[in-house]
Amino acid sequence: MEHNLLSNTDMHRFVRVLAAVCTVAFVALPLHGFAQQSPSASGASPAPSPGPTAGPGALSVPFADPYPSTYAPFPSRATLIRNATILTAAGPAIRNGSILLRGGKIVAVGANVATPADLVVTIDAHGKYVTPGIIDIHSHLGDYPAPSVSAHSDGNEATNPNTANVWAEHSVWPQDPQFPRALAGGVTTLQVLPGSANLIGGRSAILKVVPSRTVQGMKFPGARYGLKMACGENPKRVYAQRGPSTRMGNMAGYRAAWIAAEAYKRRWDAWNASHKGDPPARDLTMETMAEALRGDIYVHMHCYRADEMAQVIDMSHEFGYKVRAFHHAIEAYKIADLLAKEGIVATMWADWGGFKMEALDTVRANIGLVDAAGARATIHSDDASGIQRLNQETGKAMYAAKRAGLPVSEDVAIKWMTINPAFALGLDDRIGSLETGKNADVVLWDGDPFSVYTHAEKVFVDGALLYDRDDPKANWRTDFELGYVRSAVRK
Amino acid sequence: MAGDFGRAAGLAVVFVGVLLGAPAVASAEVVAITGGTVYPVSGPRIANGTVVIRDGRIAAVGANVAIPAGARRIDARGKIVTPGLINAQTQLGLVEVGGERATRNVSARGVINADFRPWEGFFSQSAYIAATREDGVTTVGIMPSGAFVAGQAAAMDLADGTAADMVRRAPVGVVATIVVGGRPTNDIDEQTAGETAAGGETTVPPQSRADALAALRDLLEDTRFYALHRKGFDAGALRGLTASHRALEAMLDVVKGRQPLLVSVDRLDDIDTMVRFARREHIRLVILGGAEAWQIAPRLAAAHVPVITGAMNNIPDSFDTLGQRQENAAVLRRAGVEVALVGNAGGGDEEAFNARNVKYEAGNAVAFGMSHDDALRAVTLGPATILGIADHVGSLSVGKDANVVVWSGDPFELSTNVEHVFVRGREYHDRSRQDQLTERYRRLPRTNN
Repeated sequence: MEHNLLSNTDMHRFVRVLAAVCTVAFVALPLHGFAQQSPSASGASPAPSPGPTAGPGALSVPFADPYPSTYAPFPSRATLIRNATILTAAGPAIRNGSILLRGGKIVAVGANVATPADLVVTIDAHGKYVTPGIIDIHSHLGDYPAPSVSAHSDGNEATNPNTANVWAEHSVWPQDPQFPRALAGGVTTLQVLPGSANLIGGRSAILKVVPSRTVQGMKFPGARYGLKMACGENPKRVYAQRGPSTRMGNMAGYRAAWIAAEAYKRRWDAWNASHKGDPPARDLTMETMAEALRGDIYVHMHCYRADEMAQVIDMSHEFGYKVRAFHHAIEAYKIADLLAKEGIVATMWADWGGFKMEALDTVRANIGLVDAAGARATIHSDDASGIQRLNQETGKAMYAAKRAGLPVSEDVAIKWMTINPAFALGLDDRIGSLETGKNADVVLWDGDPFSVYTHAEKVFVDGALLYDRDDPKANWRTDFELGYVRSAVRK
Repeated sequence: MAGDFGRAAGLAVVFVGVLLGAPAVASAEVVAITGGTVYPVSGPRIANGTVVIRDGRIAAVGANVAIPAGARRIDARGKIVTPGLINAQTQLGLVEVGGERATRNVSARGVINADFRPWEGFFSQSAYIAATREDGVTTVGIMPSGAFVAGQAAAMDLADGTAADMVRRAPVGVVATIVVGGRPTNDIDEQTAGETAAGGETTVPPQSRADALAALRDLLEDTRFYALHRKGFDAGALRGLTASHRALEAMLDVVKGRQPLLVSVDRLDDIDTMVRFARREHIRLVILGGAEAWQIAPRLAAAHVPVITGAMNNIPDSFDTLGQRQENAAVLRRAGVEVALVGNAGGGDEEAFNARNVKYEAGNAVAFGMSHDDALRAVTLGPATILGIADHVGSLSVGKDANVVVWSGDPFELSTNVEHVFVRGREYHDRSRQDQLTERYRRLPRTNN
């Protein structure tokens, strides 16, 4: 134990030396180079606005991606899926269509796809459906893993109303048995958020749902961080004794934090422009918030009530940042026009509600109503069971919208669990639809994905077959499950 | 303890015994549902069948049924007709807004609360009654929670009226658990009293499984002892007993086999232990939860122990549920166990707000190996049998209460609409609170207000 602690310390020192070396190398880059380099390393994300850089002598650098993704696609074989109903999330469904996956990418999709000579695998999908991999932008997998024992409660740093300094990835346990179950439900990308105890909860982690020994091996390369914030009842309940204890206290808390972050950002901007003297002292809380002000980190805000969302929108104008998405937006349907005008994503449950006052006005047509008003609507789970059935949840929402008289088709509904959440993460150029050149995150369903009876049959991540319902022995089992959970037996 | 008062209360319990619901207002209307595919559940499917409802009851079911003159006809051609669904394990009417303590009436203050009768605190004006009923659920089991012996369960029809009017049968059993301190729960009332009381009553929660079993053994023994020595109790001459006289009176029904003990356990050993315990003690047992029950399905079937469980959880979310899988209900049913399907995934307040979703539990059970007929039984006649109300609800047969649902298609499918709902013979045309909100915001105001 002692030995481990010592060697850990040593390792940290080694990392810091490395960081210093990197800093020196980095200073040679043009101004703000690293901030631009990080997302563009894997390609296509729009370059973030300039972030702060460090000067000579700095041991650590803001926004320098100190815990970088080590993910590499798993081995894949060129695969042609034929005769499927393909819901592309980028246009009308293709009946009797084919899709070709090769080199981790979608290389062809359509009614007629020529069979390449070097093809290894052909799957006849008669009667089956193909969709993009599901994306869940509100999850706590890994941070609240199974079994849910006290030692695993790593999702809420409920020690201060503002913990923008914490990063969800530092709590993620890659051996959480809930990950393979989410994959078996067709989920290929998820955002793990800190909990909602705090006004400002910390950075999110954007993960690929893949087996890995480390969280770094799950991190989506080049994905921007999110910043979790929370409205309403949770923070004021958790901090009732020390404050905030009211909704107005919540607002005062956010505003004070943004004011401090503005000042922090100005100090760094000034120093970046001059590089004179010592750089300002780093403050992890302010650093994350400053990046949110710069637009390099997306603000994901848990907010149930319509009136509170409207106030948060005003606050975003006051400080000049954007809310990327309102989560658990139970009352989004009441202000769907405002969300459309502001370009804010609403992410919602199909039918949860009632568990507290701010959840009382939920309606099952919520997602459909938001979509119909022209705002970006998405489904989310916030739940380790629900994440396994987001196709059913989306089906519930689609049929509820139809019952409310909205003209919703499966071509629209598929977007709620694929391309729209991809947009919320800023990854819609890489995932979320079945289009040539995109990552081959693909689900083959054994029937209509919006039926209660349908299972994900095969799940591909970057073209690699990582879940196969017909080959239980080959499927991912976490370390925890060995010797504790019998391998799945069918029937 | 006040002997006279106790004796009087004891008599009252004896007199009241089991509360059986009766139609609050028997509908005078005669209705004939014609041309549908009828699933009586108690018998085979009837193509092009007719169901006649009269005086709140089912008057006729079959393929060749004379339609009474003057009956209102409902054309159900191309549609499905089933009994109203039953969700056996809910907190409907006991919890309105989970986070608001004042709306929670699901738990009692002690450790042994066998005398807690939650239906007496049922909220008949809950917004979720219409929302549940309009989705085809016509009867619910309501279950207390939060203590070693949590209290008595009841069955409520989702009919208009006061709480007392809605009672289908109460009690239908006593709810207990032998799992202490750590059964995963979001129940903010999950606290058991710790202070010492007079008379030897158990006021400290059991500290471990075997401790809980010992406490249960003591409770049954004291119940029998008390029943034999009531006079001595009145005279204050008995040794200390582990529970109040009211709790012991309630436990008498369990000891005499009139009510089952509903025991909330998931772990294989806990289930097996309870089966053995029930056999030894000659009590009727129902397993609640039973995540790992599939591993001893034949044993449960042989012992005639029903299981109330779900089909949407496969997560090893505690060391009690390492073997949890979605095939559980299907495996149990195939072995011959009576199964009631209820929400078991723990998301979205499925015990109250989403008690309506029990049909999707059935659909998922089918997706994981259960036959469609068995799944329909597991949300109708199965729970009715387990709750002791099968003489009145749970199937479409002559003389039963007319709890009937007409569906646009397969009751378990997400695409299916509920078209007609009858409870005790009356058709409900619900516009739930959610329906009204949807209608209000269906078109957003053109102003900025």
